[in-house]
Amino acid sequence: MNEPMLFLPLIPLLPFVGFLLNGVLGSKLPKALVSTIALAFPLASFALVARAAWMVYSGLALPVIEHGAPEWIVFGAVHIGFGLALDQLTLVMLLVITGVGFLIHLYSVGYMEHEQGYWRYFAYLNLFLFFMTVLVLASNFLLMFVGWEGVGLASYLLIGFYIDRRSAGDAGKKAFVVNRIGDFGFLIAMFLLLGSFGTLNFSEVAAQLAGHAAISGGVVTLICLCLLLGATGKSAQIPLYIWLPDAMEGPTPVSALIHAATMVTAGVYMIARAHALFDLSPTALLVVAILGTATAFFAATVAMVQTDIKRVLAYSTISQLGYMFLGCGVGAYSAAVFHLMTHAFFKALLFLAAGSVIHGLGGEQDLRRMGGLRKQMPVTFWTMTAAVLAIAGFFPFAGFFSKDAILAAAFQHGVSGKALWTVGLTTALLTSFYMFRLWYLTFLGESRADGPADSPANGHGSAHAGHAHESPWIMLTPLVVLAALSVCGGWIGMERFGAFLAPVTGGVQAAAGDGGQIEMMLSALAVLVAAAGWFVAHSIYGRARNDRANASLALPRRVLERKYWVDEIYVAGIVRPLEGLARYGLGWVGEWTLVRGSAWLLAGVASLSGEFLRRWQSGNLRSYAAWLTAAAAILLIFVLAGTLFGINGFADTIHWAVR
Amino acid sequence: MHLVLFLIFALFALAGAVNLLLQKHPINSALSLIVVMASLAVLYLLLGAEFLAMAQIIVYAGAIMVLFTFVVMLLNEGREEKTWGSKTAKTIGLPAVVVLLAVLAATILRAGRHYGMISLSDGVTTIQELSKVLFRDLLLPFELTSVLILIAILGAVALARKDNGEA
Amino acid sequence: MNTAVPAEWYLILSAALFTLGVVGFLIKRSLISIFMSIELMLNAVNLSFVTFAHEWHAVKGQIFVFFVMMVAAAEAAVGLAILISIFRARGTLTVDQIDLMKL
Repeated sequence: MNEPMLFLPLIPLLPFVGFLLNGVLGSKLPKALVSTIALAFPLASFALVARAAWMVYSGLALPVIEHGAPEWIVFGAVHIGFGLALDQLTLVMLLVITGVGFLIHLYSVGYMEHEQGYWRYFAYLNLFLFFMTVLVLASNFLLMFVGWEGVGLASYLLIGFYIDRRSAGDAGKKAFVVNRIGDFGFLIAMFLLLGSFGTLNFSEVAAQLAGHAAISGGVVTLICLCLLLGATGKSAQIPLYIWLPDAMEGPTPVSALIHAATMVTAGVYMIARAHALFDLSPTALLVVAILGTATAFFAATVAMVQTDIKRVLAYSTISQLGYMFLGCGVGAYSAAVFHLMTHAFFKALLFLAAGSVIHGLGGEQDLRRMGGLRKQMPVTFWTMTAAVLAIAGFFPFAGFFSKDAILAAAFQHGVSGKALWTVGLTTALLTSFYMFRLWYLTFLGESRADGPADSPANGHGSAHAGHAHESPWIMLTPLVVLAALSVCGGWIGMERFGAFLAPVTGGVQAAAGDGGQIEMMLSALAVLVAAAGWFVAHSIYGRARNDRANASLALPRRVLERKYWVDEIYVAGIVRPLEGLARYGLGWVGEWTLVRGSAWLLAGVASLSGEFLRRWQSGNLRSYAAWLTAAAAILLIFVLAGTLFGINGFADTIHWAVR
Repeated sequence: MHLVLFLIFALFALAGAVNLLLQKHPINSALSLIVVMASLAVLYLLLGAEFLAMAQIIVYAGAIMVLFTFVVMLLNEGREEKTWGSKTAKTIGLPAVVVLLAVLAATILRAGRHYGMISLSDGVTTIQELSKVLFRDLLLPFELTSVLILIAILGAVALARKDNGEA
Repeated sequence: MNTAVPAEWYLILSAALFTLGVVGFLIKRSLISIFMSIELMLNAVNLSFVTFAHEWHAVKGQIFVFFVMMVAAAEAAVGLAILISIFRARGTLTVDQIDLMKL
C-alpha cells in the first residue's frame, strides 16, 4: 500500500481560504453566501480530519508527517520547516477543534443573524480555525508559536468584535496584553531549547531527551517554567487568568469556541505535547499541579456569586482548566486531554445554551432577571441540564469520567497528591453548587424579567426583548449534538482513551494493586460530592425567589463578588506602578531629559551651526573673497614654513623654484 | 638704462594699480588699469618678450579694456556708493593680504640670490621662435583656445540678449 | 650705460601688483571694479611668467602668457555679459546688494 495522503496542509488552509474570501469580499456578498463560505470550509476541514481518523482507525501508523512548504528558517545546523505532524494527540485535538468548531459556526449563523459585520465575524472565526489547526498540527515549537500567536490575534479580534463598545475594545486589549506576558515565557523557552538542544522539533527534542537520560535539573526546569508561563497566559491560569472573564465581551459563540472549548486549552495541549520535558522536572510538574489546583478552587469560589451568566461560565472554564493542569501536573496527561475533550463538549454546550437564553431574552445576561425559562425554551433547558450534569460530574455523564480520572490520578500521586485531591474534591463540590445555582436561577422559579438589575442590557440588540422565545433550529441543532456528546462523550472510558494516547503522552499510571477498589470508592465519593452541591443549591435557590444567603454571608460574599479584588490588586500593584514609572520615571527622566533633551541638543547644534554657516554663506562676494584670501595665505605659510624649516617633502617640492 | 626704464615703468604700474583702488568712478579705474597694462607691456619688452608686449597692448589695453569702458559707459553705474555690507572683507581679508604679501616677498627674496640679472643686452625672443613652439608643439591647445573663445562669444551673446521673447 | 636689474625685482613688482589686485577685490564695491581687480591680478601673474621665461630662457613661459591672455579675453566677454544681465535684473552693480544666488 502506498503512503496514504492525509492532505494535512489542507486542514488549516481550507479555513484560511474561507477567511480570505469572507475577509476580502464578504462585505459585498449576500449573507447567505457568506454563511455558506463560512460553513463549507470548516466542514471540508472536518471531513479531512474525519477521513484521517478513519484511516487511523483502520490501521494507519502514526505519526504521519507532511510538509506544507519548503524549509522556513535555516541557520547553521538548525532547520525549521513547515512540517505538519499528525499523531494521536493531534488527532483528538483536531476532531474537537474542527468538530466543535463547525457546530459553533452553524450556531453562529443563527445567533449573529441580526448583527452588524456578519461577514467580519465569520472571517475572524475561520481565521481562528486556521491558526488553531496550525497550532495543533505543528511539528516544531516555532510553528506552534505561529499558531499560538495567531489564535491570540483571532481571539483579540473577536473579543473586540463589538467595535462600538468601549468595554469590548478594552477587554480585547487586556486579553492581548496579558497573553503577551505568557508569550514572553514561551519565547524564552524556545530560545533555551535552541540553546540546549539545537532544535525546536518536538520529536528531535524528545529523542535527545531519551538519548541522554542525564539531562535534567536546572535548564529543563527553567524551560518548563517558561513554557508554563506561556501556558498560564493562554489557558487563563493564575496569575494570568484575568483576561478570560473580560473576554466574555465577545459574542457568545466566540466565548464557546475560543474561550471555552479550544483556544484556552492550548496551554494544556502544549504541556501534554512537551511532556517529555516536564517529566524530567518534578519541580515544574509540582508547580503545574499546584497552580492548576489553586486556580480551580479559586475560580470556583468566584463563580459562586457572579450574576452575569457568561461570567459564571467564564470562571467555571478557568476552574475546569485548572483541573486539566492538575492532571498534567500529576503526570496524567491523557486524563488531562480526556478532560479537555469532554470539557470542550459540555462547556461549549453551556455557552451555546447560555447564548440561546441570551438570544431568547433579547440580550439579557443578568441571572437575577431570568428565571422560569423552562417552559419557554424546552430544548435549551434540556440540553443545558445535560451539560450541567456533565460538568458537575454525575454518572454517567462525560464530565464524570474525565474529572474522575484526574482526581484518581492525583490521589495516587504521593502525599502532595492527596492534598491536591482534597482541594480538587472541594472544588468539585463548589462546581456542582454554582452550576446548579445557574440552572435554578435561569430555568426554574418564576420570571424575574422586571426584577432588580443594575447592569444595562448587554448589547445584542434588544429588538425582541420582553417576551422570551425559543431559538431557531439552526442554533438548536448544535445544542442537541453537543448534548449527546456531553452525555456519551465519556463512555469511551479512560482506559481506552489513555491507551490510544499512550504513544504520545506515555502510559497512564497504572493503579497499583487494589487500585480498582480505591477508584470505585473515589468515584462514588465524587458523585456524592456532586449531589451535595446540588442539594445546597437546591435548598438555597430551589424555592426562594430572592437570594436568602445574602444577609448571612455578607462578608465572604463581598470578597467573592469582588473576585478577591484581584483586578484591583493587579491595577494597584502592577499597572499603577508601571504607569507611574512610565509617566514620571520614564516621562521625566526619559522623555524630558533624554528624548527631548537630545532633541533640543541636536536642534540647538544644528541651528547654531546653521546660523554660523548661514552667516558664512552670506552670498556676499567680498566676504567670500576674504575667506579665499585667508585660505591662500594659510596655505602659503605652510609652504614657506616647509622651505624654511626643511620639513620633509616641502623642500623638494619647492626646489624647482629655488634651483 | 634698463634700471631707469624699469623703475619708471614699475612706478607707473604701481601708481596705476593704487589709483585703480582709490578712484570711485569705474571709468577712472578702467583708465588706471590701462596705464598699468601699458607699463607692463614696456616691462615685457625689457624682458625680451616683444610679441607679448604687442599682444598686451592690442589684446588687453586694446580689446579687453575697450570692452570694459563700453560696459561702464553702457551701464552708467556712476560713482561707487559707500556700503558696509561686509566686515569680513576687512577683518579677515586685509590681514590675510598682508600675510600674503609678506610670504610672497619672503619667498622671492629668499630665492632671489639664485636668480640672474636682467639687462637690455639679453637676447630677444623672436616671433619666429614663439610661433615654432606655438604652431608645432602646442598646436592642439592653440586651436582649442579658438573653440574656447567661440564658446565664450556665444555665451556672452546668450547672456546679454535682452529677452528670449523679444530677440 | 647698461645697468642690469635683478630678476627678483620684477618678481617683487609682480607680487605687489597681485596684492594690490587682491586688495581691490576686497575693498571695491562696484562689481565692474572688482572685475578690473581680477584683470590686474592676471596681469601680475603674467609678469612673473615672463620674468621666469627670461630667466630660464624658456619660450613656453611666454606661450603660457599668451594663453592667459586668451582666457582673459574669453572671461572678460562672458563676465561682462553676466554683469549686464545682473544690472538689468537688479539695477545696481554694488556687490553688497547682490547677495542672492539667483537673478
